[in-house]
Parts: sequence; C-alpha cells; structure tokens
Amino acid sequence: MRFVLLLACIVMLSGCEREERQLRLDPPVADALNKIRLMPIGIAGAPPEIYFALHRPYEANAYNLNQGKRLYAWFGCSSCHADGQGGTGPSFLDGWWLYGPEMVSIFASIRDGRPHGMPAFRDKMTADQIWQLAGYVQTIGAYSARTAAPSRNDDKQTRPAENRAPAAILFDQGPSPVHADQGPTP
Amino acid sequence: MTMESVVPPETSDAEIEGPRLEAVLADTWATAPGFWGALSTVDHKIIGRRYILTAFVFLALGGILAMLMRLQLAAPEARLIGADRYNQIFTMHGANMMFLFAVPVMEAMAVYLVPLMVGTRNIAFPRLNAFSYWIYLAGGLMLWIAFALDMGPDVGWFAYVPLSGPQYGAGKRADIWAQMITFTEVSALAVSVEIVVTVFKQRAPGMTLDRIPLFVWSMLITSFLVIMAMPAIMIASSTLILDRLVGTHFYNPAEGGDVLLWQHLFWFFGHPEVYIIFLPAVGMVSTLTATFARRPVFGYLALVMALIATGILAFGLWVHHMFVTGLPRLGESFFTASSMAIAIPAGVQIFCWIATLWDGKPQFKTPLLFVIGFIVTFVIGGLTGVMVASVPFDTQVHDTYFVVAHFHYVLIGGAVFPLLGGIYYWFPKITGRMMSERLGIWTFWLIFIGFNLTFFPMHILGLEGMPRRIYTYQPDLPWHGLNLFVSTSAAILASGFLLFFIDALRSARVGEPSGPNPWHAPTLEWATASPPPSYNFARIPVVNGRYSLWEQPNELAVADGLRVDRRELVVTSLAAADPEARESSPRNSIWPFWAAIATTVTLIWSIFSPWAVVWGPIPVAVALIGWFWPKRVPEDEA
Amino acid sequence: MRREIRRSLPGLACLLLAGCGGWQSAMDAHGTSAASLKQLIILIVVVCSVVWMLVMIALIRALSRERAPRTAPVDVDAERVRRMSVFISAAVAATVIVISGFTVTSFFATRRLSVAGPDDLTVKVSGLQWWWNVQYFGATPAENFQTANEIHIPVGRNVRFQLEGDDVIHSFWVPSLAGKQDLIPGRPNELSVRAERAGIYRGQCAEFCGMQHAHMAFFVIAEPQADFDRWAEMQRQPAAQPADSEAAAGQQAFLSKPCAACHSVRGTAATGTSGPDLTHVGSRKTIAAGLFDTTRGSLAAWIADPQTLKPGNNMPMVTLSRDELLSVSAYLASLK
Repeated sequence: MRFVLLLACIVMLSGCEREERQLRLDPPVADALNKIRLMPIGIAGAPPEIYFALHRPYEANAYNLNQGKRLYAWFGCSSCHADGQGGTGPSFLDGWWLYGPEMVSIFASIRDGRPHGMPAFRDKMTADQIWQLAGYVQTIGAYSARTAAPSRNDDKQTRPAENRAPAAILFDQGPSPVHADQGPTP
Repeated sequence: MTMESVVPPETSDAEIEGPRLEAVLADTWATAPGFWGALSTVDHKIIGRRYILTAFVFLALGGILAMLMRLQLAAPEARLIGADRYNQIFTMHGANMMFLFAVPVMEAMAVYLVPLMVGTRNIAFPRLNAFSYWIYLAGGLMLWIAFALDMGPDVGWFAYVPLSGPQYGAGKRADIWAQMITFTEVSALAVSVEIVVTVFKQRAPGMTLDRIPLFVWSMLITSFLVIMAMPAIMIASSTLILDRLVGTHFYNPAEGGDVLLWQHLFWFFGHPEVYIIFLPAVGMVSTLTATFARRPVFGYLALVMALIATGILAFGLWVHHMFVTGLPRLGESFFTASSMAIAIPAGVQIFCWIATLWDGKPQFKTPLLFVIGFIVTFVIGGLTGVMVASVPFDTQVHDTYFVVAHFHYVLIGGAVFPLLGGIYYWFPKITGRMMSERLGIWTFWLIFIGFNLTFFPMHILGLEGMPRRIYTYQPDLPWHGLNLFVSTSAAILASGFLLFFIDALRSARVGEPSGPNPWHAPTLEWATASPPPSYNFARIPVVNGRYSLWEQPNELAVADGLRVDRRELVVTSLAAADPEARESSPRNSIWPFWAAIATTVTLIWSIFSPWAVVWGPIPVAVALIGWFWPKRVPEDEA
Repeated sequence: MRREIRRSLPGLACLLLAGCGGWQSAMDAHGTSAASLKQLIILIVVVCSVVWMLVMIALIRALSRERAPRTAPVDVDAERVRRMSVFISAAVAATVIVISGFTVTSFFATRRLSVAGPDDLTVKVSGLQWWWNVQYFGATPAENFQTANEIHIPVGRNVRFQLEGDDVIHSFWVPSLAGKQDLIPGRPNELSVRAERAGIYRGQCAEFCGMQHAHMAFFVIAEPQADFDRWAEMQRQPAAQPADSEAAAGQQAFLSKPCAACHSVRGTAATGTSGPDLTHVGSRKTIAAGLFDTTRGSLAAWIADPQTLKPGNNMPMVTLSRDELLSVSAYLASLK
C-alpha cells in the first residue's frame, strides 16, 4: 500500500509539470526570461532566476517541447540544419555542440546569432518562443531519451525521433578522437 | 468449519439433505473472510457486485463532467472552464461513459445474472473473471488519475489521428487514452469468453437453445460482438502508441500510412460498440416486459432472430460515421442501405414488446415505467438514427449537436433506461431488499422529463449549425437561449440520478426485505434465495420450459449427483443441454490479483518506454505460473 | 453561474429579435445543395414523426386498453397470437417500405448533389490550426492571391472548393450553402457549391481539431459577379502604402517586430507564411477566424493579448510599446 502511495506521489510530481500547458506568460515574466547572463566567451552562463522559479519549464514540459518543434519548422531552421543532420549549419546529431549543450548557450545562439552565418532571431521571435525552440533543439542532440520529448513528425523521416535520443544512436566519433567534421570554427 | 459441514470425501448431494447440504455447500464455495479473502474471491456474485458498483461510480463521475460542460455552455464565451480543460473534460466524459461505464456495467450485470439465469454455480473461468475486474479497475483509475494530473486525454473519445498522433498530440495524453482502451478491452474480452462458455456449456439440464432466457441470449450475442469488434480497436490503439512511442508510420501519409485507416479501424469497433451496449439492454427489456406484463414475451423466436440480425448487421455500418470524409459515393450508399436495414430488427423488437404489453396485464411498477420510457425515447433515437444513415442528411448534421442528441437518445434512452429498470428489478435479488417504489416513481419521472428536456433541444441546435466539441460559442450566434434551457434541464436530469443513487444506497441498508421472488418472475435467478448463497442452487434445477417458475409454480425439478466436498458443476451439451459431465470449478486464488497488478505495471510502463514490453512480461509470467501451479488435488486436474 | 445566466439574458433577447433565421443554419438554405438538403431533411423528419406517433398510439393503446382477467401468465390464447402476428408482420413490412423509400430518396439526393455541372471558379481552402487559408487562382500565377477566413464567391455560379488539411483533420461547413466535407491530410477533397442568393454565410470547422476548434469560423460572401470581380481585382493589388505618419510608423514597427516573421503583406518585406496573409486584412469582415469584427480597436486588442482572447492559438504575445501598438493597429486597419 505504502509503495503504491509512493509511486502515486512520484507520478504526480512528474505528471503535473510535464503536461501543464502554460499558454500565456505575463509580460514581466516574459521580459525577465530574456535576461540571461552569458559568460564573456559566449558559451554557457546562467539562466535568469525566474527560469528556476518556473521549474525549468522548457526542458521537460511536453507542450513547450512540442511547440519548439513547430517553431523549428516555422522559422526555417531546417534550411541550414536540416532535420538535425546539418547542412550549411552545423549538425545537432554528431555529438558535438560548438557552444556547449546548455540551454543558455542554445538560447543565446538563437537570440543573438553566431558567427559564420547563424542569424539572430531577436526580432523574429518572442523570448518564450526562443526558449521553447532551444529546449527542442536540445532534445535533438540528446544522448539520453526524454519521455517528454516529441516523437516523429507526420513527414518523411530522416532520423530517429527526438524521444529516442537520435544523437545517441547516430553519434559517430570516427576513427580518431578528434572529430573530423566539426563544422566551421567559431 | 462447523462439524455439520464436515463430510467424507466424494460425498454426493444425493446423500445429504436440507440444512446439512446447504452448510456443506456454503463451506465448499465460501469466500475467505478478511482483506486477502476479498482479493482472492472468484465468486461471480461478489465480483459482479463490485463490477456494478464500480461502473456506477464511473457513471456518477462522468455525470459530474457532463454537468461541468453544461455549466460552461450555458452562456456564450463563458470563461468558467478553459479550452484545454474543456477538451479533456469532453474526452473524459465520452471515454469514461463508453469504456468505463456502459460496456462494463452490461458485462457486470451478465457476470452477476447469467450463471443464475442458466442455473449453474459459478461463471466459467472464475479466476479470469476476477482478473478482468482488477484490470478494469486499474484502467479506470489510470484514466482518472491522469485527468487529475492535467494529463487527461484531450483528443476526443474517438482520438482521430493526426490530432492524437505524435506531431499534434503533445505529451502522454493520447497514450493514456489508448492504453485505457487496452485495459478495458482486455477485461471485456475476458468476460465475453466466460459468458460464451457459461451459456454454451453450463446451462441447467433441459435448457435447450430455445428455452434460454432472452437476457442470456442478448448477452451471448453481445459477447460475440465484443470478441469480434474489440480486436479492431486494440490494433488501432496499439498502433497509435507505436506511432507515438517508437515512430512507426501506420498513420503517417508521408511515409505511406493513412489517416483514414484509423477511422476505419476505430469505427469498425465503434459501431458494434453501440450494439454491445444496446443488446444487453434489449435483453433486459424483454425480461422486464414479460415479468410485468405477466405474459411470456411475444415472439421469442423473432426476438432472438432480431438479436442475431442486429449483431451481424452491426459490422456492416461503420462507414456511416465517415460519410463526410470523401469516400466514393456509391460505397457510401451501400452503407446507407445497411444502416437503414438495422431498423428492421429494431422494429421487430419494438412491435413484439408492444404486443406483449397489449396481450398481457401490465403492472406499473418502476421497472416497467423505465421500459415504457425506453420505448418512447428509443424510438426517437432509432428514427434519428435512420436520418443520419442517409448520406445527404448526414452531411448537414454530422458532428453537430443533432448527433449528440441522437446518440444520447440511443444510449441513455436505449440502454440506461432499461439498465435502471433492471437495477430496480434485480436490486432485491442482489441485496435481498426492495428499492423504494415511491422514490422509484419520482426517479423515473425526473430522469424521463429531465432527459427529454435536455436532449431534445439539441436536435434543433444541431440543425441551427452548432458543431459538437466546441468549448464555447460566440454571442452573436442564435444558440444561447436553447443552450441555457438545455443546461437548466440537465439539472433536472442530474437530480433524478441523484435520487436514484440515494434510493439505492438507502435501500441497500434499510429497504424492505424482499424474499426470493418479489416480482413473481419466471426465470431461474428467482428460484434461489435473495441474495443467493455462494453456491447459487442447493441442487441444480432441471428446466422444461422457457418460464420455469411460471410453469412449475410449486416446486422446481432438480438434478442431483454432484459432489459437495469440492466445487462441482454440471456441463451440458450445447444445443439440447443434456448433462455431459461433472466439472470442477476453480477455487479462490490471489494470483489473478497479482497478475492484474503485473499487467497494469507493464501496460502503464509501456506508455513511456518500449522496454516495458521486454521486461514487463516477466512478472506477468511469474503471476501466471502461480495462477496455474498444479496443486496435486483432483479438481485442478479436471 | 449567476453571472453566466445574467450575461446570457441580453443574448436571449437578441435571439427573440433575430427570429429563427440564423446565418449558420441548415434550415436557412440559400445554396442549391443546401436547399435540396433542406427539402430532404423536412421530408424525412415529417415521415419519421408520423412513424413515431403511430408507435406511440399503439403503445398507449396497449397499456391502457380494457382487458379480460387471465388465469395464469403462461396461458396464451393461440388465436390472439395469430392475429397479433399478422399485425406485427404488417408493421415490419411498413418499416421495410419506409426505409427503402428513404434509401432510394437519399441515393438520388446524393446523385443530385454530386453532379453540379461545370465549374466557374475554383478556390483552394486549407484548414490550419485554427484558421482557414484561402487561395484564388488567376489566368497567370501573377494573378493568384490568397486571403484568410473569408471567401468571396459570385452568386449563381458553380464554385469548386479544393479542400486540403495541412495539419490535422478539419471539416469545411457552411450550412446555408451545402453539407460539410472533411479536410484530411494526405487526401484532398472537393466540394461544389452554388449560392442562390447574395448574402453573408457563416461557416465553421465541424471536426474537432484541437484547443481552439470552437473559434475556427469563416465567412462566405456571395455577391453579384460584378462585385466579385471588383473584389478580386482589389485583392490582387499589393498592400496599400501607409497614407499617414501613424500608419507609416505602424508599418515600420510591423516589419521590425516578430509580426513579419509569420505574416505576409504583399508589397512589403513581410513574407512570413505560417500565419494568415494580411495584405488586405482591413477589408475583411472579421479577424482571428471570425472572433471579432475588424476594427482598429479589435486589432489592437488581439495583438496585445492573443492568448487571453483565443487561448492556445499560435500567435505569440509580442511585447509592444503603447505607441507601437497604436500605430500597428492603425496600419493594419488601413490595409483595405
């Protein structure tokens, strides 16, 4: 009986936040979410306090990840990154993150752009959307599957779905420990 | 164990008499006391009672959801319930009422009544019966807990892809729905198999095919419908989970899948589902009509043929749910014809019941009131069914409130009314106490009037263009007057159900004791005490007509020769019901419960990870080994 | 609840004033197919009502008639059974005749609906979560244009709608003109309609399509050919240039803010395709798939907080300053 209760508690804790659909952010919250603190080199840093106060809603919330997937298509990410395999832009599936796998770095890459062709989406998306997209991009390159991650699209399939951790399946270190194809140097 | 109940091995019921026989049988068939005893029981009456009770709890919960929806729709652009929650609520209402109430409650009535009506001591495969109840309960709990966690399905009870598919159904909400299907279908399939075997092989000697009570006939046909229709939905829901979890492409047009495949699979189950709910109700109506008209039901053969015809036609109608998907017109016309054709067996049944009432001497007790209410409303539901069967007519009313009205007339008018009548009728058998006749009349009128005031206006709303499944509507549309009226009437309907629940709870404790046969009914379940003892009948009755207690009013012929020191029942031949063998019936066991727990863990886990399918079967196998472990006593080898 | 009721009282009055017409009603038929459907509906409903009444008369007679006392329940008079069998057979035969009649009638009604003659105009309608994209085709690709949630058609002409679901299943339904037809991803459908009378007909998505299924309406505006041609010509033009400084500032804000990433305004740098085309948004009757009449105020309210007005829709809440909000709404309202 006690075991069942314990199990129920665990399910509840994970269930609520995983499935909740936060449709509207109050403008001050949205503003605060924009205020990340990045390391001077542009890699890693800290998300704003509010990000933790909201319980990191962009990494494990199924609805936000799903919205991120929609934005990935709507904002033409695939024109450079394809389905994650990369093209003119770097791949998300080869196991290499040019600026590290942290949410803040991905957020900064999308918002502010990066050298060698990554445009800034500051004026094209809201902070909420950028976070959603960042969370989704992180799942493409994830090594371990997340149950909240979206599954395949109703489309031609070019790689395993996000909830199956495509990077773990496709990651190929190659013959030498130094990856031959890391994309353009920052 | 008292001294009286100790008998030497292989004692036959021919050797002992009266109270001693009953004491020995009671000891042999007993359910152990206490918590573990309750979990281990395989008595069909205890499990049937649990089933009925649980199903009515789900009815009450589903009713609360319905009232929430009516509150939200009472005014245009109301902000009482948000879009996201509303979508969960109407999905839950549909899924709960269909899968957790309507089908299980009919199966439950059969679990309780069929063994009694055919004069046997327990249902066939009683441990499977216990397993089916636990699985059903687990599925229901899973769905409702998920709903409480904001994780309730929000894709409609039909869960059309691609909305429920991996791209548009975020999170695990649609998986919860799909896996709930697995739970309830496993339990329904199990019960159906038990009923088919019970009816075919355990009927009392002399109960030939043309002497089977009509309720038992209807449950037999229903069970076959379940066995043939449910696999379609199990395939559908499993492939949906596969699409969503491991990225298969059953419903992905870009990779050669087809979204319409889902609708075909769903409705190939979904339409027979309506008859799975309706046919048992028809059986109840035939039973109640005969008892309260005090006349054998008119046209027994016609009614049985109508049941079979309905069962067969049920599989040829599913496309009428898809008339606006752009299928070839000629093909659709075929389905118009077959959908219309089902009006013929329905008509035959209605006419036979009216003839029975005409020729009989009706006694206007609460159960008969519900039967009359059934005829009035079901004929409306059937006629609107004929309307939506017409392709051109359907293009205007499909997915509008007209259809909402239609299927509530069929499901509430056609199935819940007879069910409530059946509860009033069999309540004394189940509890040994009568329900209140005074409250019963109030209940009937409140429900009957409330129901018609609630659902009739919805026909008009549908023709006025109000689509289904909308969480609100704009103030400039001419629907709010009728919607407010409907919401108000729904309160009357709800008060009727509330009164019913109060009456049932009260009567179970303080109702007037009923005696074995308070209605002077003719079928075998009334030939034993109320509530029946654990062994049902001290000696197996012998049947030589359709209405045993009317034909042999003084004393029923019985057979003897069964052993009393172990659980034994008579196996008879399929058509003539000639005794063939003495068969042992399994004893109580806790393993069905553990098997259900193991299955539950596997099924829920498999929503989240495909590895559940690899590791989950291990505990299931352990539980099954325990279940079937040979005890080295003869009964387990039999 | 009290508040809800009080709020709906004015609505009730409106209903009485408006009468029973309704602009989204199958019984308010102004299209060729809707009119014949209406006749079919009335015919079937009348016949069914008669059938129901006959059954009820039989039931009431059966329950209320005087009867002789009977000795035992199983005592059945064979002669009476024979007579009742005849009655029941007759009733079943009548049932068969009625439903055969319905089947044949609906078969021919279906045929009448599907052969509508040559088409004068083809319009492509795509259902999206939760709005309608409408494309018109001219003689050359340059004459193509698209609009949203509002379909103009010429009166008395056959119009063929090509229906495509681009995300989930939707259903295209204008009750006053024709029956509904689903928009299914991967399976294009078609529907021909012909408006008999000029007017504004409301339509709504009829297949559950997710969060905002309730707010997915559109309008079909049937007008004389000359008016239609004028409208189409106007729609083919690129967007009007801002006439005053406020509108110019609005255009500036529109192009520099996230708006332009999803919406197109032909003739400007805004070429987004995931949201409705706004080239002539000011000329449309409503915004947000029938949610509000198009006014500068409603545009401003919508832009300021789309997630409160239509929760879950795909338009984000973009932070704009007060001046930006005012000028953007002025600009959009000016896009006639």
